[in-house]
Amino acid sequence: MAALSINNVYKTYANGTDVLKGIDIAIEDGQFLILVGPSGCGKSTLLNMIAGLDDITSGDIEIGGKRVNDLSPKDRDIAMVFQSYALYPSMTVRQNISFGLEIRKVAQAEIDATVNRVAEMLQITHLLDRKPGQMSGGQRQRVAMGRALARNPSIFLFDEPLSNLDAKLRVEMRTEIKLMHQRLKSTIVYVTHDQIEAMTLGDKIAVMKDGIVQQFGSPQDIYDNPANLFVASFIGSPSMNFIPATVIQTGSDIGVKICDDNGCVVLPLPHDKTKLAQFVGQEVIFGIRPEQITDARTAHREGLPVMSCHIDVIEPTGPDTLVFVSLNNTKVCCRTHPTEAKRPGQSMELVFDVSKAVLFDPKTEARIV
Amino acid sequence: MFKNLTVGRALVYAALLLMAIYYLLPLYVMLTTSFKSLDDIRAGNMLSLPQAWQGGAWVKAWAEACTGVECNGMQGFFWNSIKMTLPAVAISTILGAVNGYVVSMWRFRGSDALFTMLLVGCFIPFQVVLLPMAQVLGMLGIANTTTGLVLVHVVYGTAFTTLFFRNFYITVPDELVKAARIDGAGFWTIFLRILLPISGPIFVVCIIWQFTQIWNDFLFGVVFASGEAQPITVALNNLVNTSTGVKEYNVDMAAAIIAALPTLFVYMVAGRYFVRGLTAGAVKG
Repeated sequence: MAALSINNVYKTYANGTDVLKGIDIAIEDGQFLILVGPSGCGKSTLLNMIAGLDDITSGDIEIGGKRVNDLSPKDRDIAMVFQSYALYPSMTVRQNISFGLEIRKVAQAEIDATVNRVAEMLQITHLLDRKPGQMSGGQRQRVAMGRALARNPSIFLFDEPLSNLDAKLRVEMRTEIKLMHQRLKSTIVYVTHDQIEAMTLGDKIAVMKDGIVQQFGSPQDIYDNPANLFVASFIGSPSMNFIPATVIQTGSDIGVKICDDNGCVVLPLPHDKTKLAQFVGQEVIFGIRPEQITDARTAHREGLPVMSCHIDVIEPTGPDTLVFVSLNNTKVCCRTHPTEAKRPGQSMELVFDVSKAVLFDPKTEARIV
Repeated sequence: MFKNLTVGRALVYAALLLMAIYYLLPLYVMLTTSFKSLDDIRAGNMLSLPQAWQGGAWVKAWAEACTGVECNGMQGFFWNSIKMTLPAVAISTILGAVNGYVVSMWRFRGSDALFTMLLVGCFIPFQVVLLPMAQVLGMLGIANTTTGLVLVHVVYGTAFTTLFFRNFYITVPDELVKAARIDGAGFWTIFLRILLPISGPIFVVCIIWQFTQIWNDFLFGVVFASGEAQPITVALNNLVNTSTGVKEYNVDMAAAIIAALPTLFVYMVAGRYFVRGLTAGAVKG
């Protein structure tokens, strides 16, 4: 196990395209780091650079305090699980798992013991003599993990390991990976484009876009305090609502003006008044998550602003019913209790919990309040 | 099988049957003629069976027929061809495998350009290289030798074998190589332990292709090797063209079949792998 630090790392391809533009990430020994972002954001490139499969244009990568820029993959003490699993097709599961140990000239008795231990841990003992072609996706996934585990490296690298699995298996394996991490206390770097995986697995999340880390922090922190509009929209499902609104001062209160067919209200904001005061009269983007607009029963807090809204569509999900309304001509999603949701076409009293609402600059998309 | 026999299908079968006869008829004529006596050939119909089956023409073609001044039949030249074809096929296939591995899995600056240049090698007509190649063989001191012919065929064949292997390895996910690198395997270990074991189909394609190309080659053989070292294709030509009075069609036919036997054999043994290898797509696993 080892800490990982990535300092001001750049990657430029031979044709001049900048893929990574100054990445700074550091995690401690035993932490679970998630690199998340849309495709093309550079997350897989960064993982390959940590693995040593891609050259670093400039900057440093350190594993356990040791600079590894010029070390080949085999000398970095890492193991990697690939999206396609990359199991050696001509070898049995046993040979797949022991291949890396054999190359490192580990004694045969120790190899056998390791293979058996890992196979037992992942419940693949009965598969040891099969070849990859004779197994299901989920089984191959386990073998790929087993191959990484057998090596007992300082850092595990996962490159979208669950994206080829069906939905149910994906959720199961997600929990297993988390369990494995809790048990082994291993340092893990995990690339995904799935924000739910990012939220559920990570100790730390780096949200990436266009080769830049947009925000680096704990899952809850990123969820509650997104650094900009992109992070706010990427993390969370259903996504945060972004309502264009004007900041208005009424007496000592400062709030945002929200209108629907039934009329307008000003939602007073409990945020820092001196900060808010700078934006009075300006257009901003008012960001509020679906669960922060809800029915009176779910809100169960006194003194929150209430607005009667005209319902366009409802989507029951089971535990909640998503109610879609139109505010300031923008489609807004609200999460309500199933028995409290009204029918489309009716009006419904919605409670706005504005304490966690955020404001963005409509031009720069940066967080302002 | 006749349950689904429609008019359209019957026509297809008829056409196929016609084609098969068209292709098999020359072989039939060659075989029957080779077992006829000369009188039989002169007297009878080309398509008729021999009146008396006799193998004398085969013995003569193998051991006694004249190919120019020498009259030792095809046997020596048959072995010449074997000595030329086996090493040339083996070397060019192995080179092609390594080349294909490098240009598909170990891209380096200029590797695409290198591959393109190799590819161009497939389109160079034989005649263009004759003179420079003769010069090179002369400088190396291996003109008119089987070794020289092996070199020519290796040089010429490597372009094709590289193309075959490259196109096969390009379908293998490169994550496989990445995984092996992380596991600590080097260039040769990855090639020998990961890629070679799944390369069976493409080896078969490559070997059949190279074997038939090299065995059947006449031009290089006639230009770069003569007399003792000439391959069987050249010897066959000489045998047919050497007339000592009577034209012995039965001996000619037997000699031609002897010259064609190895390629027929290779097709029969490995033919079904050939089709399988040509259509082999991504390696699942």
